[in-house]
Amino acid sequence: MLTILFDGIAYGMLLFVLAVGLAVTMGLMNFINLAHGAFAMVGGYITVLAMQRLGVPFLASLPLAFVGAALLGAVLERTLYRPLYRKPHLDQVLFSIGLVFMAVAAVDYYIGSTQQIIQLPQWLKGRTDIGSLGVGHYRLFIIAVCAVLTVILQYILAKTRFGSRLRASVDDQRVAAGMGINVNVVFLSTFAFGSGLAGLGGALGAEVLGLDPSFPLKFMIYFLIVVAVGGTSSITGPLLAALLLGIADVAGKYYIPKMGAFIVYTLMIVILLWKPNGLFVRQGGKA
Amino acid sequence: MTAQQSLLRPVRMKWWEPVLWLVLFAAPVAFPSQAPIINETAIWALFALSLDLVLGYAGVVSLGQAAFFGFGAYIAALFAKHVSPDPHIGMLVAIGASAALGLLASLTILRGTDLTRLMVTLGLAAILLELANKLDWLTGGTDGIQGLTIAPVFGQFEFGIDGRVASYYSMGLLLLFVLLCRLIVNSPFGATLKAIRDNRLRAMAIGIPVHARLISIYALAAGIAGAAGAAFVHTSGYTSLEAFSFDRSADVMLMVVIGGVGWLYGGIFGAIIFKVIQDVLSQITPQYWMFWIGLFLVVLVLVGRDRLLRPWTWWRKA
Repeated sequence: MLTILFDGIAYGMLLFVLAVGLAVTMGLMNFINLAHGAFAMVGGYITVLAMQRLGVPFLASLPLAFVGAALLGAVLERTLYRPLYRKPHLDQVLFSIGLVFMAVAAVDYYIGSTQQIIQLPQWLKGRTDIGSLGVGHYRLFIIAVCAVLTVILQYILAKTRFGSRLRASVDDQRVAAGMGINVNVVFLSTFAFGSGLAGLGGALGAEVLGLDPSFPLKFMIYFLIVVAVGGTSSITGPLLAALLLGIADVAGKYYIPKMGAFIVYTLMIVILLWKPNGLFVRQGGKA
Repeated sequence: MTAQQSLLRPVRMKWWEPVLWLVLFAAPVAFPSQAPIINETAIWALFALSLDLVLGYAGVVSLGQAAFFGFGAYIAALFAKHVSPDPHIGMLVAIGASAALGLLASLTILRGTDLTRLMVTLGLAAILLELANKLDWLTGGTDGIQGLTIAPVFGQFEFGIDGRVASYYSMGLLLLFVLLCRLIVNSPFGATLKAIRDNRLRAMAIGIPVHARLISIYALAAGIAGAAGAAFVHTSGYTSLEAFSFDRSADVMLMVVIGGVGWLYGGIFGAIIFKVIQDVLSQITPQYWMFWIGLFLVVLVLVGRDRLLRPWTWWRKA
């Protein structure tokens, strides 16, 4: 029972790191970016390739995954995404699905469609039993890393100068620009940072979620659920939504395996019927 | 031109519309070996028509239209297996059932943002996929329902292996529904739909019952998608989980967008173009044709959807 809760929390934390960049993109730029999972996949593959081909240790490959995905995000933001901010949502959906299709086929072409396996270092394998609670070391590691990231993220958004500029740009781009904030730079760095987080999440999650070229399509729905249910205006919303989703998914698969993903989708639809804009909506912000 | 004439202009049939239908209906005779593909394209076109009603006329972004296609397919298959092999009643039952499901599901699209609607439509298709997978005593699970025998159309025309009757069956349905939708979207009802699409708040302010309109068009579109699913079952004799898949929803959206949104013939042209592209690309690169479709989408959006179809405007300033 406790073990399931623990695994669910680890899974939820992972989902949060994967999805929080998407929450910011959607909330900030009002851009429906279905290709977010592709950045996560890039991060995962950077880790796998760095470890297999270059012999980089696991811990050192994680920052690589972050930087790689962030750089890719920055380049794509500047070249492809920026012209689309003002286009209708349908265009954004089509565009980002197109990117996903390309990413899936390209990875398949260059690396192959087999599932990739991450060799964890010895100290991350195995598990310790504390009473009735079985703590997988890697799960604990994920929770620790993600918790630290969450705190840093919250600090950046709430306390730093950059955070204020970001929040100002979210609320009203034109006014923010008029106040001398370079909205383009704020957007670019936020997008890159969000993509980097997705890459890091993909690298961390490769062992838990599995990594193959269909990753962006398989987990796209999960990221979107986190964002849609959590709301896009804070990071507490997506965090709680991700934890809820992670625990519900793990518990559902354990207790009623026959129902599979059914529970998650039903939960999502019920929540969205009840609160169409997500569970945690800041009052007064733009819809 | 008087006001009445200008109002009637878009309603009147264009000279090329009967020509198009003649060409379409001549196609299975002219290319008998291609009849199965023509049948498949007609079913896709019918499916695209249903999405266009929702997306192009009501402005609801839906990534889960396969929910209704699959539902119609499974209802038609179960009906043929357990009740009667008659395709006519089966078709009516499938349309009715899908429309009823659409009526129920329309409650989910009334509120929230585009993202919320995207998610609930996606979620509905995913739930139905799970159900069809898990209720294997009824639906055959991953195997689907196979080996159905369907009675001849009008008691005369047997669904043969050459696909000739099948293609006429699907195209007949397509023609029927295009004519019906033509009437609907050109009616005052259709005008209110376009008003809702363009600005929901404004539509509400001038007294259009937005929710009632959205519910009815969503249910109608669901019924048409169900008809496409049923036509698929009747002409192929089987159904499988694939009917509910995300790929199917995504593909049909591509067709509508390629052909042109908010234009009844968009789905037909989109389905034809999509099938041709898919055929050509998968012959060149069987495994990686997704890449090219993706690239096509990205370029399509960057160039602008309406400009891609009008090559002569590419070099003009936007």
